[in-house]
Amino acid sequence: MPWNRDQMAARAAQELKDGFYVNLGIGIPTLVANYIPEGMKVVLQSENGMLGMGPFPWEGEEDPDLINAGKQTITELPMSSYFSSADSFAMIRGGHIDLSILGGMEVAENGDLANWMVPGKMVKGMGGAMDLVAGVKRVVVVMEHTSKNGEPKFKPRCELPLTGVNVVDVLITDLAVFERSDRRSPFKLKELAPGVTRQELREKTTASYLE
Amino acid sequence: MKTKVYANARAALDGVVRDGMTLMCGGFGLCGIPENLILALAELGVRDLTVVSNNAGVDELGLGKLLKTRQVRKMISSYVGENKEFERQYLSGELQLEFNPQGTLAERIRAGGAGIWGFYTKTGAGTVVAEGKEQRVVDGETYVLETGLTADVSLVKAWKGDKEGNLIYRKTARNFNPMMATAGRVTIAEVEHLVEVGELDPDCIHTPGIFVQRIVQGSNYLKSIEQRTVRKRSAA
Repeated sequence: MPWNRDQMAARAAQELKDGFYVNLGIGIPTLVANYIPEGMKVVLQSENGMLGMGPFPWEGEEDPDLINAGKQTITELPMSSYFSSADSFAMIRGGHIDLSILGGMEVAENGDLANWMVPGKMVKGMGGAMDLVAGVKRVVVVMEHTSKNGEPKFKPRCELPLTGVNVVDVLITDLAVFERSDRRSPFKLKELAPGVTRQELREKTTASYLE
Repeated sequence: MKTKVYANARAALDGVVRDGMTLMCGGFGLCGIPENLILALAELGVRDLTVVSNNAGVDELGLGKLLKTRQVRKMISSYVGENKEFERQYLSGELQLEFNPQGTLAERIRAGGAGIWGFYTKTGAGTVVAEGKEQRVVDGETYVLETGLTADVSLVKAWKGDKEGNLIYRKTARNFNPMMATAGRVTIAEVEHLVEVGELDPDCIHTPGIFVQRIVQGSNYLKSIEQRTVRKRSAA
């Protein structure tokens, strides 16, 4: 059985370490906040200018001045701080964030990532994604293994416009987890989702990886 | 004696905005946008504007108002996904769009206000963002040259401001406002609370008044929420 969105998020949460400062992208990555291990201190950074993002507010307590990067209403924590977008991206670009978890459209076997544009179809803009992959120490991508049409998304080269060159450290899909020991090395298969065979994985992947 | 205080948004724009200008507009989505100044700008009808703003509002709200009235010729933004009218005008060629990565946009504006002509960043190296730009390779890493950005007029939103133009922002409504305040040749700030000089603690000021030429008390804030996400309390 392939993993569902929550299971993928729970697996991504295993990449967290005590004391980490983490940025979670929109989509499946936001669910990672629900799976932070008990007793582990993780500080969530929001690119629009906040450290220490709290959970969604109780109904009726929404504050329009308090939103996350996905423009959802959130709350603050006792240790929270607010700052400008320039300071926010100084944290991101300056290597102060330990982990970035983002969505993906395509990941290449050399670690290239494409996740911001489909020419002619979806041209919304890159937001903070390019800065995140350029600056954050470790990058985890969470995405479905194949597209809605069954096309492989983990491939030899990205065909969509790139977000970053050689930036992905860990790839988590609904079928498997791949990891690189460093950015000069190839991806290695680390884990298969329950019931998924190596054969099935190979059939749905055009990228080369170590088994 | 010269005063920075104006009676309303319309008066604050008077004599300062004209067709063809480059304008900066604070906000992240609809959070921290100068609602009164945008409305006054729409009513004034100035056209052919180049607008620098992280987002393009939502169809009827924020900068969406200016797009509906076709006052914008070009936008410099990092993400415009929430505005269908924007997408339509862009795809039909009525509107020009320059995407900047959000961090690059933030730093370009900061640099512009700070007298930094250009800077090198890893962001966008190897992507379409780097095309046509000077690049340098240092210790095996490629950096892209980006230039500082300034505007004829910056429209910013703050929570509190005093009559000297000192500003304090609130929570995530801060975002692009502080940098834009420094990068406009003329900066007009609208605040929810306009107070007398001496009421704000000097240690707590986010934008010193030197950057602000005009200040106005805003009113009737919609403060729209794009994604109202909540936790439901379970029944007792």
